[in-house]
Amino acid sequence: MFDLDRWREIFQSISKNKLRSVMSGFTVAFAILLFTLLFGIVSGLSNSFKDAFADDAQNSMFVRVWKTTKPYKGLQTGRRIQLKNNDFDYVKVEYDGKIELLTARVNRNVNISYKNNQDNYSLRAVHPDHQFLEKTIIDEGRYINQRDLKEKAKVIVIGRLVKEDLFGEKPALWKRVNVNGISYQIIGIFSDEGGDNEERMTYMPITTAQMIYGNNDEINSINIGYNPDLSLDEAITFGNKLERDLRKKLNIHPDDQSALRVQNMAEANKGVASFMLALYFIVIFIGSGTLVAGIIGISNIMIFVIKERTKEFGIRKALGAQPSSIVGMVVQESVLITTIAGYLGLSLGTYILSQIGDSLEDYFITNPSVSPGIVIGATVVLILSGLIAGYVPAKRAAKIKPIVALRAD
Amino acid sequence: MIEIKKLHKSYPIGKDSLHVLKGIDLHIKEGEFVSIMGSSGSGKSTLLNIVGLLDEHDEGEYYLNGQLIKNLNEKKAAILRNKFLGFVFQSFNLISYKTALENVALPLYYKGIPRKERLKTAMEYLDKVGLKDWANHLPNELSGGQKQRVAIARALVTKPKVVLADEPTGALDSTTTDNVMDLLRDINNDGMTVFVITHEEEVAAQTKRIVRLKDGIIISDELTSKSKAV
Repeated sequence: MFDLDRWREIFQSISKNKLRSVMSGFTVAFAILLFTLLFGIVSGLSNSFKDAFADDAQNSMFVRVWKTTKPYKGLQTGRRIQLKNNDFDYVKVEYDGKIELLTARVNRNVNISYKNNQDNYSLRAVHPDHQFLEKTIIDEGRYINQRDLKEKAKVIVIGRLVKEDLFGEKPALWKRVNVNGISYQIIGIFSDEGGDNEERMTYMPITTAQMIYGNNDEINSINIGYNPDLSLDEAITFGNKLERDLRKKLNIHPDDQSALRVQNMAEANKGVASFMLALYFIVIFIGSGTLVAGIIGISNIMIFVIKERTKEFGIRKALGAQPSSIVGMVVQESVLITTIAGYLGLSLGTYILSQIGDSLEDYFITNPSVSPGIVIGATVVLILSGLIAGYVPAKRAAKIKPIVALRAD
Repeated sequence: MIEIKKLHKSYPIGKDSLHVLKGIDLHIKEGEFVSIMGSSGSGKSTLLNIVGLLDEHDEGEYYLNGQLIKNLNEKKAAILRNKFLGFVFQSFNLISYKTALENVALPLYYKGIPRKERLKTAMEYLDKVGLKDWANHLPNELSGGQKQRVAIARALVTKPKVVLADEPTGALDSTTTDNVMDLLRDINNDGMTVFVITHEEEVAAQTKRIVRLKDGIIISDELTSKSKAV
């Protein structure tokens, strides 16, 4: 394949016939450019969707309770449902294999003061897994751990904005603050991508909260991170089963949505996933259409080019060129042009996408880019199309008798 | 060198066919300088194309350099052309985007000669036709006579057995015609077989043997005064 003389012939033919080389290259470059931009923008859309759900873990489920709205087993409506520690333990034991992360949550509003500064804040009393379910980012110190739970330690983790309120620029870690009249040690400071409200939050061990505020075993909600090995469908089935089981356990009518509900990210994810899938199908359809148009374009140009060169081929044959050498020359030239032009289109496309970056975030397009797989795939399609676009007409041209070819103008 | 027996060729035209060559017998020995004369439509170009392996005959036998030419595929024909034949055309048929030197070197490329040697040999032949100084010019920068001399250099560069010239002076004025014919005679004097097709008496008169063709048959075949002079 590598024949220096052959390449010299091809480079000469390309460089001495700039217009036709540029024309055929332009078609391909343009097709690939559109293809790249199209895919990039859709990937940008898909990134936006992913970001929209980035606050909480993708595999989270929330068990929440309110009041019953349907009578059941002689129990009347309007009954307040209360989750307790044994419900938490029940979930933990019953669904062990399907759960990766598990935490209960008690919500309180507290007044926190440090020296002369004080304010009201939301408090979440939780298990250690809560950190990962809420995607809490620890900036300093640590999160709540099992030992804190066991010792019912009077420790607190505060949000970045709480720290700013109470301490300003001064260090806060390991300092003691007054929470509703009881002294707690700050063991960690966190930030959260979920926004200011999340960063104005505070966390403490659930056991501590249960002991100090009411001395009971009540919890407000149970948060679950299901096993990521589960498929979306399996996760949805799991969520539905959990909902049924808990309603049964708490004597709630099986269809009472208002009394107890399991909010399952898997369901939202499934919606997004099928939407993205549909979008990708549309884009693949349009994108392939663009590519096909490009391929047809270069085929047309190659047919024209070869017609134009018929006489040249006749001369070459009279001088002793074998048909295979003519076909080879044309195909190699065509592949070279498509590859270079395709590469240019691709580079320009990725460059434009990288320039767009996050500037179109308002239009729901975040960081658009194309994956290497698509790039490689498109390149292979290009080379193949260059091959076919060159081969078919060249084969025909090489078959023309030299005497006929020489007569051509 | 070239031996033709009872050669027939016809071209289909719609349902009918046009019988162009109607039984040609011709023997050309090595070192001859032959011209084929005839008006247009006499079949002289067809004869040259068959001799030059650019076209196939229907009936009869054709031996080139003792080898029977029959059922050649394109590949074999290309190899034989490259090895035995050199072409000079009326319309020069130079490749427009190649320089004079590159045009002359092209047959050597198809012969598989390395580039350096190719260019060196091509330059020698350009020198022979007096165009060394024009080696790096493109065909459209050359005059008609110069183009034809480039084409002759290209025909000679592979040292073929036979040079086939199809109306080599058809597009040239009388002075350049004489130059080109002088060049062909020099080549012949060096021992090369030269086969010229023409409809000009003056051109034919400069060859050593004239074969006259009319309506697809040979009507006369005689030696000229030039041959007797040698």
